[in-house]
Amino acid sequence: MGARAVSLLQRSGALVALVAAIVVGAMRYYDFLTAENLLNVLRQNSMLGLVALGMTFVILTGGIDLSVGSLVAVAGVVAARLSPAGSLVALVCGIAAAALLGLVNGVLISKVRIQPFIVTLAMMIAARGAALAATSEQSVSLGAAASGLAWLGRGDVGGLPVPVLLLLLAYLVGWVALRYTRFGRYVFAIGDSEEAARLMGLPADRIVMATYALSGALAGLAGVILTARLGAGQPVAATGWELDAIAAVVVGGTLLSGGQGGAGSTLIGVLLLGVIFNLFNLEGTITPWWQWVMRGAFLLVVVVVQGRLQRREAHG
Amino acid sequence: MTAGAPLLRMEGITKRFGSATALDAVDLVLQRGEVHALVGENGAGKSTLVKILTGAYRRDTGTVELEGQPVSFDTPAEAQAAGVCAVHQEIHLLTHRTVAENIYLGREPRRWGFVDWRRMNADAAALLLDLGLDMQPDAVVGSLNTARQQMVAIARGVSLGARVLVLDEPTSSLSPREVSILYALVARLKAQGTAIVYISHRFDELYAICDRVTVLRDGRLVETRPLAGLERLDLVCLMLGKRRDELRHGTTAFAEHQARTAGEPTTAPLLETEHVGGGSRLRDVSLQVRRGEIVGLAGLLGSGRTETARAVFGADPCARGKVSIQGKRLDARSPDDAIRAGIGFVSEDRKAEGIIPELSIRENLTLAALPLLTRYGVVSRRRQREMVDRFMERLGIKASSADQRIRELSGGNQQKVLLARWLCTSPRLLILDEPTRGIDIGAKGEIQGLVNELATDGMAVLMISSELEELVEGSTRVVVLRDGESVAELSGDQLSQQAIIHAMAEGGSTSSPGIAPDHPVH
Repeated sequence: MGARAVSLLQRSGALVALVAAIVVGAMRYYDFLTAENLLNVLRQNSMLGLVALGMTFVILTGGIDLSVGSLVAVAGVVAARLSPAGSLVALVCGIAAAALLGLVNGVLISKVRIQPFIVTLAMMIAARGAALAATSEQSVSLGAAASGLAWLGRGDVGGLPVPVLLLLLAYLVGWVALRYTRFGRYVFAIGDSEEAARLMGLPADRIVMATYALSGALAGLAGVILTARLGAGQPVAATGWELDAIAAVVVGGTLLSGGQGGAGSTLIGVLLLGVIFNLFNLEGTITPWWQWVMRGAFLLVVVVVQGRLQRREAHG
Repeated sequence: MTAGAPLLRMEGITKRFGSATALDAVDLVLQRGEVHALVGENGAGKSTLVKILTGAYRRDTGTVELEGQPVSFDTPAEAQAAGVCAVHQEIHLLTHRTVAENIYLGREPRRWGFVDWRRMNADAAALLLDLGLDMQPDAVVGSLNTARQQMVAIARGVSLGARVLVLDEPTSSLSPREVSILYALVARLKAQGTAIVYISHRFDELYAICDRVTVLRDGRLVETRPLAGLERLDLVCLMLGKRRDELRHGTTAFAEHQARTAGEPTTAPLLETEHVGGGSRLRDVSLQVRRGEIVGLAGLLGSGRTETARAVFGADPCARGKVSIQGKRLDARSPDDAIRAGIGFVSEDRKAEGIIPELSIRENLTLAALPLLTRYGVVSRRRQREMVDRFMERLGIKASSADQRIRELSGGNQQKVLLARWLCTSPRLLILDEPTRGIDIGAKGEIQGLVNELATDGMAVLMISSELEELVEGSTRVVVLRDGESVAELSGDQLSQQAIIHAMAEGGSTSSPGIAPDHPVH
């Protein structure tokens, strides 16, 4: 029972912090608890949220994907370039390009047996370079034919912005996939012990490849949405997003060593970091540099506390 | 045989690694419902044979038939699908996941394509009940003790429909009570017609549950025969490839030194612990070790043997009592203090606390002695080489060169390197925790002989062992621990296996040495 309480706290420690942040915000800032502000927070974080969901799958297998920021840029540029051919072509090709590069990551990691850190670092550099080279460092404007993309970036369904709707949908699917499909269970198994998973006869290589392709695809979706919101594909977009995504995953409670965590945890992590950023902005007196320092410190505190809780769980 | 067609027949199995022949035309035949012991010294080819059986290795030549059908497994998954499963010494389970998930991983019951958690837990509960295991299906595997984790691994094998189950050193980390749970499970599987290959170094276990035995030596089949009617001594002879009349009296190399003279009680003890306690297991341990003595430390699992050693060595804090070396209070707060005081400690867990697997023999051997070999922060290669050569020769460490990685050595040779690691710091007191566990018989004898030599040369040795024979034949005196207290000290005529068992079970007293050695054990 005690272990279960700790495990619950560990999973929902970020949730407690999120609720606390919201309460503080509501009491301190008149503007915080308005639908406009909250939807804003959600919309601003929807793209990072999609990237973080893909990152969750990768980290659950015990891997890491540093290339997601660059893949966001690649997808955005591809979508902008192809937008004269129509919104659907732009959307599909943007996602497919990023997914393909993610798959390359996966193949190199599982078949050629190079460490994920190295493979995705190389992809991060190379993909960013490709995006810059293909555009000569200029942003690519959306074609007039891509009115669908404009809706994707700025439209809404019953008051809910489309990016937010996509975010929530993606997390729902991600949660179900992790908990109720074989693929999801295998993702956990491989992160827990790849050796054991192989000895139990799981197709570990294919699962690993699939998670990196999925991470690429979600980064691609985020990239297309970003392009739609900005009205142009920018080769320098989403720099450093890989680190924000990793931070959100870890704050949410997913272990970097793999095997424990989930989609729900990451969504909470994304929202927590987003709300805190929002509070800084509402406060208005904290310079961005100090915001970085405080976010870094906050990340450390969360990880230390989680480590403690985990050790307690391990020792019963 | 009249028992009908065998369940599994492996014939003429040969496997080469480069130029070395690991298996040379070996046969293994398993009947339904038999427990088949597979024994041999390290390097005999047991694990290679098992790996071929379970699809981890591919054979070079030979045939494998399962229920009369020729089979060939390329992966463990294929072997499992055909009903051949192995439970390894290092348990391969998912520690963050539940018992039910571990049992059904890869075969989860599903409804409309989604994992049906309720049915999975119910199925697991039914299976565990059927196997007589009292375990919650939704317990996280990492929270279970080793024995229970092993049961989960076996339950998985059973649920896969295993007809052949390989248990590789299943009891190496189990307490006696847990061993009996394992026995019960084995008996149940046997009654259901499962063939079990049982690998163990412990003869008691083999004789307790195995029907037949296959002996391998140097990659060749020596003999397959019923275990009943085979004397232990003859089994040892088969494993070692020796004739019975060649064997020394007794089964340990200590035997010839049986009459170790007790260190003169008049000399002051080198190590003395007085009422040492601390932690959850150590309550009140008092013992003395003099120069030239081998003092055995006996006790059941959990009686505080290792904890005593760790407290003396400063690896764990000792909250109460007093530890002195040559009359001077030591109270080591860290192993560093203890090493300075001239104490060496060879831990029982070679893999986790002893060797550094990727480093060479040279580096492993001189790890503790580096300060002696270092001048101005630079290690003298020449002196290091001299030291390594000297100890490799003296201890008879078998390796291709001093630069070979230690993980490639056999357990016995690894243990010798660890001994050498401490010997080159010239300790006054050497603490050995299970020095011969998991080591083949040949190397075991060499290590026992070496320990004896060291004591003869004047070193004080504190030796923890679970093997009573080793304690009785090798020690000057034996201190028996029970529930964290030293309850008896036996020497001379009082020192016998019976007396130790009696003290473990009933306690005793160092002040009244009048325990009858042949007191019946309850």
